[in-house]
Amino acid sequence: MSTFFYIILNIANSIDNNLNFLYNTPISEFKEINARAKKGGAILSEPILKVQNLKTVFFTDDGQVPAVDGIDFYINEGEILGIVGESGCGKSVTSLSVMGLVSEPGKIVDGKIHFNGEDITHAPERKMRTLRGNEIAMIFQEPMTSLNPVFTIGDQLTEAIRIHRKISKKQAKDRATELLQLAGLPRPKALLDNYPHQLSGGMRQRVMIAMAMACDPKVLIADEPTTALDVTIQKQILNLMKKLNRETGTAIVLITHDLGVVAQMCERVIVMYAGKIVEEGAVRDIFNHPSHPYTKGLLASVPDLRRQTSRLYSIPGNVPKPGSITEGCLFYPRCQEAMAICAQKRPGLVDLKNGHRVRCFLHGEVEEA
Amino acid sequence: MAETILTVEDLKKYFPIESGIFKRTVGHVKAVDGVSFEIKKGEAFGLVGESGCGKSTTGRMIMRLIEPTSGRIVFCGKDLTAMDKKALRKTRKDIQMIFQDPFASLDPRYTVERIIEEPMIVHRLGSKAERKKRVRELLEVVGLSSYHAKRYPHQFSGGQRQRIGIARALAVNPKLIIADEPVSALDVSIQAQVINLLQDLQKQFDLTFLFIAHDLSVVHHFSDRVGVMYLGRMVEVAESSELYRNPKHPYTNALLSSVPIPDPDYQYDSEELAGDVPNPIDPPKGCAFHTRCPVAMDICRKTRPELKEVAPGHLTACHLYNN
Repeated sequence: MSTFFYIILNIANSIDNNLNFLYNTPISEFKEINARAKKGGAILSEPILKVQNLKTVFFTDDGQVPAVDGIDFYINEGEILGIVGESGCGKSVTSLSVMGLVSEPGKIVDGKIHFNGEDITHAPERKMRTLRGNEIAMIFQEPMTSLNPVFTIGDQLTEAIRIHRKISKKQAKDRATELLQLAGLPRPKALLDNYPHQLSGGMRQRVMIAMAMACDPKVLIADEPTTALDVTIQKQILNLMKKLNRETGTAIVLITHDLGVVAQMCERVIVMYAGKIVEEGAVRDIFNHPSHPYTKGLLASVPDLRRQTSRLYSIPGNVPKPGSITEGCLFYPRCQEAMAICAQKRPGLVDLKNGHRVRCFLHGEVEEA
Repeated sequence: MAETILTVEDLKKYFPIESGIFKRTVGHVKAVDGVSFEIKKGEAFGLVGESGCGKSTTGRMIMRLIEPTSGRIVFCGKDLTAMDKKALRKTRKDIQMIFQDPFASLDPRYTVERIIEEPMIVHRLGSKAERKKRVRELLEVVGLSSYHAKRYPHQFSGGQRQRIGIARALAVNPKLIIADEPVSALDVSIQAQVINLLQDLQKQFDLTFLFIAHDLSVVHHFSDRVGVMYLGRMVEVAESSELYRNPKHPYTNALLSSVPIPDPDYQYDSEELAGDVPNPIDPPKGCAFHTRCPVAMDICRKTRPELKEVAPGHLTACHLYNN
């Protein structure tokens, strides 16, 4: 029985944690957003978010599990970056690390996270609270668990607004209505009095997007935002995100396992495998000239609606447990093009061209530093 | 033409909504509302649709895990809906099911051997030694090893568990396998492995599949013929390639153009389907799709369209094809 309560408590805690940063965010006017979007045409030389050699380790009873193992990436203002990979590759832990939301027993043990030129890797909680939601917002996969079931949509939106702004309830309500409209929700006024369970999955995700955008963030991290939704609703949500990205200039980090979604939405993409980046580049380069055997395999294993193939390619074997492969390339046991060197040494990232990088000995004998 | 193995006629399932202390029925959720289709021997029939369209309920009714409200299910010439418990148990040997969640569908306290052996025990097949031998054969067939027999489900990955579920379904040599979202819980690379395995088994054991899934690309790849469901009704049935090349129903069309294509240069149809699926407690009058349909006409709001043939082997329920 006590375990049961412990679990409930944990769930409550994690929901609370997820919501806190959304609440602690000042709101700015839309004029500002639009102004920035216009400026966004001239992209700043410095990326808005830059992650260097990030290592996040979980200290478990079975030893240390490196969920994210030394990854580098950046995102420019107004850009949509895709992070793609299978379960356990570390894509979600990457986003939680950026938000400073990695919980026990996980810990960032190495690396730097720069946001807007400022190092926020080990920023104190108070500092992070001013960033989360305000500058960096996040939307999650399951919109039901991210909304509080006992408060109305209006309560949750206006509370978030009123925490940060000394404005009247009436003004906050108007602002909330405006946000719901922005997210493409019908009859926004009436919706304010609804509870989350009265909305469909797609509508809840729109509410989450409205909440995230309430804070006029510079970066929006979307962790599998459409995985729980049906395809026709997925299309609506993806179109909405694209529209907001264009209109407000908010950069989006889109974390997904769906290669179709990446192809449709992103300009650049990072492919992760077992906590490492195995390939990175412009979407066209990655999809038209995949260079890592894993990327090739992944693309070949997705059935394509436009073609009738008799048999799918499938990558043999299973995704390894993090930390289980101690020597050689992490993909080596499943790789169709493996060479002798792959069993012994860890490959480093090789630059191909135009920022297309690949971690594979096939493209040059570069070892990991 | 191959013989028909399964015929479903005007199948309905209305779940009552009960309210108050006396559990008075105040309404019905029309989960499945008059679905008809047939499956030929040796083919893979795909059932697609969004959540709540009734595709899983249809699958479960064929197993009679859910009792149909009305309609007929004829399997190998016998009406399943009219069978008593004893006859049903015998027939169920020929229809097996593969479930979506490989974590929830295997008993964690049983070894793999016991799990795969169970259907054979239920149907009193073979001696103990024969059953054990068969379990080991089946494990090899689904790409596992015989030494896995003594392990417990938690020691396997998602893909491996799904293989165990497949081995269990094969244990009694079924004629029809109902696969309800068999790959949607799996990673992309593992999904391809399991789809290939199912296709190999289909050839090897001459199996017939009812393949239920929400992923149109997967259904297109796996199935010979596909049925599209919307709000408890079948809106279109056609051969897989024909359906994808030449969709007739506006809903099928919208569904197909919503699927993200893994090609950055692909030009999408910019139109998106507005709104959500209506409430199945109170489905729209006439055609259930008319509230979201871009080409709805007056008649669509009044009369429910019948499913009928509009091209050879291509059926659709839409007033656009009335004459």
